[in-house]
Formats: sequence, structure tokens, C-alpha cells
Amino acid sequence: MTRRAPLDPYLAGVALGLVLLGSFVLSGRGLGASGAFASVAAHVAASSSATGLDDNAYVQAYLADGGFAADWLVFEVLGVLAGGALSAFAGGRWQLRVTRGASVHRGPRLLFAFAGGAVMGIGAMLARGCTSGQALSGGALLSAGSWLFMLAVFAAGYAIAPLLRRLWS
Amino acid sequence: MSDAPALALLIGVAFGIALEQAGMGDARKLAGQFYLRDFTVFKLMFSAIVTAMLGGFWLAQAGLIDPALIAMPETFWLPQLVGGLLFGLGFVCSGLCPGTACVAAASGSGDGLATMLGLFAGLLGCAFGYRWIEPWYNGTALGPLSLMQVFGVRQGVIVFVIVATALAAFALLERMERHR
Repeated sequence: MTRRAPLDPYLAGVALGLVLLGSFVLSGRGLGASGAFASVAAHVAASSSATGLDDNAYVQAYLADGGFAADWLVFEVLGVLAGGALSAFAGGRWQLRVTRGASVHRGPRLLFAFAGGAVMGIGAMLARGCTSGQALSGGALLSAGSWLFMLAVFAAGYAIAPLLRRLWS
Repeated sequence: MSDAPALALLIGVAFGIALEQAGMGDARKLAGQFYLRDFTVFKLMFSAIVTAMLGGFWLAQAGLIDPALIAMPETFWLPQLVGGLLFGLGFVCSGLCPGTACVAAASGSGDGLATMLGLFAGLLGCAFGYRWIEPWYNGTALGPLSLMQVFGVRQGVIVFVIVATALAAFALLERMERHR
């Protein structure tokens, strides 16, 4: 199958916006991603701790509605994985690979990806959401905290990018 | 609640397709935003925000949806500011965010999978570390605060300003990209 170029970003953005609007109308909530990881992590933490972390309000909030198998966001992220795979296959873009800058080896690239993921996890926990739950969904709802989060993400990204130039050159 | 997992799955599939179709499974494309090489992230995010915002605004104006059914997220300004700064740092290290990491991993990328594992590790640490940051995490709480309340204007004004700013930024980006 020939590899097709990505869709025009504005067209894809309108499609993404309609998905978000559909989620608001049909489910009363926006999109999310980091929350699914938080939910699974909270369950693993509780079940691996002798006390069950029953005095930990953050963990207990995730355990309250019947476990991650009942968590909306876990199903949504399973859908994202399926949709991403489906779309990549259909476009001829599915390929085992490690995407990286030309001057970075595979090992360091994977380490940076893991470390970046861990730092984003902490950031998303503090912010109560990530680029999906806060920036996109909270942004469209005109939440003050979501716009503050979005501005902080871009500000820190642009501030740190020159120091990490080698990663992406 | 019985049909909720099916709906969540369906919305997720559509979300994943939209991200992948936009090329968001490629970390270089996302990182390019921070080196002023590729503005797909900005164009995609803001056309999505404008579309959903305008759609919600007009559906509510026409009385077709009750805006009260969709809860305004709560603001905790200091942890959200610090969280955003950390998130931006991690974003450039990885080149992916949580949603796009899933799309990258699902399309065969090892860096997508490594980012997913990192997210899980970071959030596992947060679950155990919560007790030490609890008062700070719950501090500076402003409740479900909207931009309308912050600036003391009607929703239509904020909607207009965001649409106008996004369109001006799009026009500027297109001009910049043509001139290089």
C-alpha cells in the first residue's frame, strides 16, 4: 500500500473539533488521555501497597466508581489506540520504528521519550489533565485554568527547546 | 451506564483517527512546533478548539443543548501553572503528548510506547507521592472559573476574541510558510 501524506491540518482540526463537540453533546464530557494512565496507575498503586492507600484521597477518587474497568477514559484511550492503528494501516503509515532526530541514537531517544512521558505524567496530575483534557476540552469550554495550562505548556516548551535542539536536529 | 463503555470506545476511535490523519503519530512533526519548523500542532489544536467552541456556542444559543450539562472544569491556578510548565518540558523531551503517544504507539512507534510507559511511571509516582503534596495540590482553588468571569465580559466577547486571534495567527503562519 502506498504511504499517503497526512490530512491538511485545518481540515483535520475541524474534524477533531467535531469529535470533541460530539463528545460534549453525547456524553457531557470532553476528550482525555492522561486520565486513563492515572486511573490504571492509581489501581496498581493501591493494590501493591499494604495499606491499600485508603487514606490517599487522590487514589481513592479513582477507585470510587468501580475500578478502571468501569472508567470512561480507559475505554476512550483503548479506542484511541484502535483508531490510531486503523488509520495508520489505512493510510499505509503503519511501520515499526523509533522516530528521532538524525543525530540521536535509538537508546537515548527511547530514554528521553520515557523521561518526557514521566515528567508529562506529573505535570498532567498537577494540572488535572493534559493537552486533551485541559488544553482542547477545557480550552473549548473557556475554562480559565485550562487556558493558563495551555499558555504554560507552550511557554515552557519554547523556553526549553533551544537546550534540547540536538534531540530534534 | 451500560452503553457507556461502547460510547467511550467509539469517541476514542474517532479521536485516534483524527489525530493519526493529521500526522500526529510522528514525534518529529510535533517537536517541529517548538523549533518553528512545523505548525501542525498549533493549526490542529486551534481549529479544533474554535470548531468545538463555536459549535457549542451556537447549539446553546439555538436552545438545542443545555450548556449546564457540561461542567466547567475547576481551576487550581498554582498547581495548574506548575503542571503546565512541567508538561511543556516533558513534551519537548518526548515529542509526543499523552493522546498522540497512544496514536504513535498504535502505528508502530517505539518512542510512542516508551512515552506511554513513562506516563504510567510518572503517574504511579504521583499516586504514592500524593500525601506529601496534598495541601499544595488542593491549594489556590478558584472553583469552576471561566474566562468570562476572569475578564468580566459576556461569552460572545471571549468567543469573538478567540476566533479573531486564531484566524489572524493562521493567516500569519500561512504567510510565513510561503516566504521560506
